[in-house]
Amino acid sequence: MIQYTIRRIVLAVPVLLAILIVVFALTRSIPGDPCKSILGEKATVAMCEQFTRDYGLDKPIYTQFGIYMKNLLQGDLGNSIRFGRPVTLIMIERLPLTIELGMSAMIIALLIGIPAGILSAVRRNSAIDVMTMVGANIGVSLPVFFLGLLLVYLFAVLLKDTPLQLPPSGRISAGIIAKPFYEVYEMGIEEGGLKYNFYEFIANHYVFNAIITRDWELLKDVLRHLLLPAVALSTIPLSIIARMTRSSMLEVLGLDYVRTARAKGLTERKVVLKHALRNALLPVVTIAGLQLGGIFSGAVLTETIFGLAGVGLSMFEAITSRDFPIVQGLVIVIAFIYVAFNLLVDLSYAFLDPRIRLD
Amino acid sequence: MAAITEIPSDNIADIGDYKANSLWRLTVRRLFRQRSAIVGMIILAVLIIVAVFAPLIAPYDPTAVLIGVEDVKKREAPCIHLLGCPEDQPQHIMGIDGNVRDVFSRIVYGTRVSLRIGLFTVTIAVTMGTLLGATAGFIGGWLDNLIMRLMDVILAFPFFLLAIAIVFVLGPGLQNAMLAIAIVSMPAYARVVRATVLSVRETDYVEASRALGASNIQILFSRILPNALPPLIVLATLGIATAILDTAALSFLGLGAQPPTPEWGTMLGSERNQIFSAPHLVFIPGFAISITVLAFNLLGDGLRDALDPRLVHAGVKSD
Repeated sequence: MIQYTIRRIVLAVPVLLAILIVVFALTRSIPGDPCKSILGEKATVAMCEQFTRDYGLDKPIYTQFGIYMKNLLQGDLGNSIRFGRPVTLIMIERLPLTIELGMSAMIIALLIGIPAGILSAVRRNSAIDVMTMVGANIGVSLPVFFLGLLLVYLFAVLLKDTPLQLPPSGRISAGIIAKPFYEVYEMGIEEGGLKYNFYEFIANHYVFNAIITRDWELLKDVLRHLLLPAVALSTIPLSIIARMTRSSMLEVLGLDYVRTARAKGLTERKVVLKHALRNALLPVVTIAGLQLGGIFSGAVLTETIFGLAGVGLSMFEAITSRDFPIVQGLVIVIAFIYVAFNLLVDLSYAFLDPRIRLD
Repeated sequence: MAAITEIPSDNIADIGDYKANSLWRLTVRRLFRQRSAIVGMIILAVLIIVAVFAPLIAPYDPTAVLIGVEDVKKREAPCIHLLGCPEDQPQHIMGIDGNVRDVFSRIVYGTRVSLRIGLFTVTIAVTMGTLLGATAGFIGGWLDNLIMRLMDVILAFPFFLLAIAIVFVLGPGLQNAMLAIAIVSMPAYARVVRATVLSVRETDYVEASRALGASNIQILFSRILPNALPPLIVLATLGIATAILDTAALSFLGLGAQPPTPEWGTMLGSERNQIFSAPHLVFIPGFAISITVLAFNLLGDGLRDALDPRLVHAGVKSD
């Protein structure tokens, strides 16, 4: 297993390098003056000369790539044109929300998708099965941005002034303050510096922050705000996971060892949940990992609709204001997270199925 | 001698024809046995009719602004005479949008735009993917490695995110959006074609064609690609659904079709803040996208089940 892990990690390095090369190539293929597109239209001649020197734009392309790589390895993703602040800082502020949103969506997708798939497979051709599969088909066909707006209409307009009303936008209600845990516990973190940034990054996970500071009022408010976007974002992965679980379960239920288990006189419940499910879940793990890319992409649309200031909304704002450094930085960071997650999925797969690591 | 060579070659041709026909006939028969695939085909047929006869169906020009033409207000709710809307009001069965245009006409013309987006995007993706996959599989060696690693890199990015990055660089617009979606969906087709080339390349009938002096190109088109067709058709049908969905999403973000093009994603995007005051401007285009994507998804799933004999044997989807 250790050997397999090391091999997979080593194999991921060229992929990461290739991602950087692709993003670099995309950067350099922007039509027009690179200085103007990166510093903004207001850049003066002097600023542009400085920029050309800094990024070696007057030097050969491989030198430029060297400078680009050096900056990246130092965690420098450039400065946002619009905010005039380092992209890395914007990321520290905004990535936690996207992580929480994505994780909530994934949890909803798994918690509903897997049981629905199992039930569908066990009660094949029953009303439940038909309903689940029709639902799954509709689920993959609904655009996230449309579903999000539908939910807003339902829970913020139609159900207004009922207990079911949910906030249509924002991360927390006005008046509620998310006090970072390092202030609550008086850890004496000074503003600025790497340590502060790290603590800030952790504290910006509001759900997590609320739990460790035991601020249940905040937790309730954050979760209420998170619910609609998470549901909107979870539909497509949920549908795909439900379908995958169903077909994989059906395949496993037809195998000999399941018949043996039944012949032994085990209850149907035990056969399905103990014998069949473990093997049936293997392909589901892979497909769930692949959905992560969809979650990140969907976050751009979901956050835009629900006015959530995560990296997805940053991406949308950066697109509309042509804030190039942010788009570049976000693409790199999200692609890296995606590769890392798929690596984890591969490893867990190998962990679950010994045949893979022995290959 | 002449007679002897003639008879077998005729027979072979017969058998070939018979087989080819029966696969497709069987597929069609299986396809028509699936309720969901039939639903998909019916929706699709309606959409195609709407797209073809758009000028006859739409009462207004989709880009015509009705200020001064009729007594209508911005973002007016649907008015259907049959459902009790006063006769003296002009009938707009899907209402009026923020620029005082007839929504129904825009939706009808939008069908054209969306179907075209789906078909064009997938055609580009399949063509590029097939060429690359066939080259990789046929020539092999370093070229194979180069092409397939390049495809891996595309797959290393989240699909929609890479599309955003590409359009951002190329500049917003429907054409660039379609190109971006085509580029990011290409690897799937390249992989399928390459896998087929590799599995078929060494078979006896390809050897036989080669011995008869067929060129690589001939072998590729008449011997190898037909084998790749079933999975390609399934992928392409589902790919149309994805292409329509993602191009609509790009348009929603302002990266795809630009106003006043009657594109559903653009229509929804430009009126998304009106969800509280004029929800019909969000619901109608959203519903149109969903139903179109659903039709292609249903048809694609049906085709997969119909074309994959493995599923039938495994008893998974035989019913």
